[in-house]
Amino acid sequence: MKIAIVVFPGSNCDRDISWAIKNICGQKPDYLWHKEKNFSNYDLIVLPGGFSYGDYLRCGAIGSHSPIINEIKKRSQKGTKVIGICNGFQILTESKLLPGSLLQNKNLKFICKKVFLKVKNNSTLFSKKYKLNEIINVPVAHMEGRYYCSKETLKELKNNEQIVFQYCSDNGNVNNINNPNGSIMGIAGIINLKGNVLGMMPHPERCSENLLGGENGIKFFRSIFESIN
Amino acid sequence: MKVKIEVMLRNAILDPQGNTIKKSLNDLGFKNVKSVRQGKLIEIELNSSSSNKENKNIEKMCEDVLTNSLTEEYKIKILKNK
Repeated sequence: MKIAIVVFPGSNCDRDISWAIKNICGQKPDYLWHKEKNFSNYDLIVLPGGFSYGDYLRCGAIGSHSPIINEIKKRSQKGTKVIGICNGFQILTESKLLPGSLLQNKNLKFICKKVFLKVKNNSTLFSKKYKLNEIINVPVAHMEGRYYCSKETLKELKNNEQIVFQYCSDNGNVNNINNPNGSIMGIAGIINLKGNVLGMMPHPERCSENLLGGENGIKFFRSIFESIN
Repeated sequence: MKVKIEVMLRNAILDPQGNTIKKSLNDLGFKNVKSVRQGKLIEIELNSSSSNKENKNIEKMCEDVLTNSLTEEYKIKILKNK
């Protein structure tokens, strides 16, 4: 199993996710600088959280034009698994690897707290260790996490079960009060139609050991490792 | 030549910054302010003097990088043609 983490200028969760992966699967991922075009094959490529290019222009916009992204697009078409967390999710939507866009939070605040998520689809490579509708507690830390897409796209996301995680209350109600950023339908994470590219705003790597205050993220990584192996 | 590109969120998209500015202006006594939308302005200087030649390039920059067509719309203004 080979895993790579892409490092952009301004990435700041690259080491956190490397630590979580090594801790859970016992294997240290490689780091790939965003200018790379020629690199060996990886089973999983991770776009980590942070502030690539200082979030200038739009979050993820400049990063989505980094040389490595073209290569990731090609490889994802061939089946390489890709996950984007937080800024990584923003890069995935800007590069059109995932539909929609992430806009400034409705309340104009940088939200840094633990939220409840509902596992809306547990038949993906990234969520199969969770139970369907399982409620998990995962931290978010973002200013631009309001998921937006057209009505047509939303219909497709629903029909194709591409919504993987939704913000919810502690007992699983998806409602406005427990939607931290104003995302459409409380969307926190989606998957592409092919099922190998996932983007999510919450940070599973920040809740993958008890010392950090929770272990609800472990099943996320275990799902991926089981899928790859 | 110099161009200015005005980028605005599409009308259907909620603009919480605009709403906050509107509320603040109303609170400051500017009661006639009905709505505020906030956008951004990008100024670009090009090593070229022909807007005819550059039109396609400017358009491509806007479509590919400077704006997100799902959420934003833009207007291009040619400032100086020399």
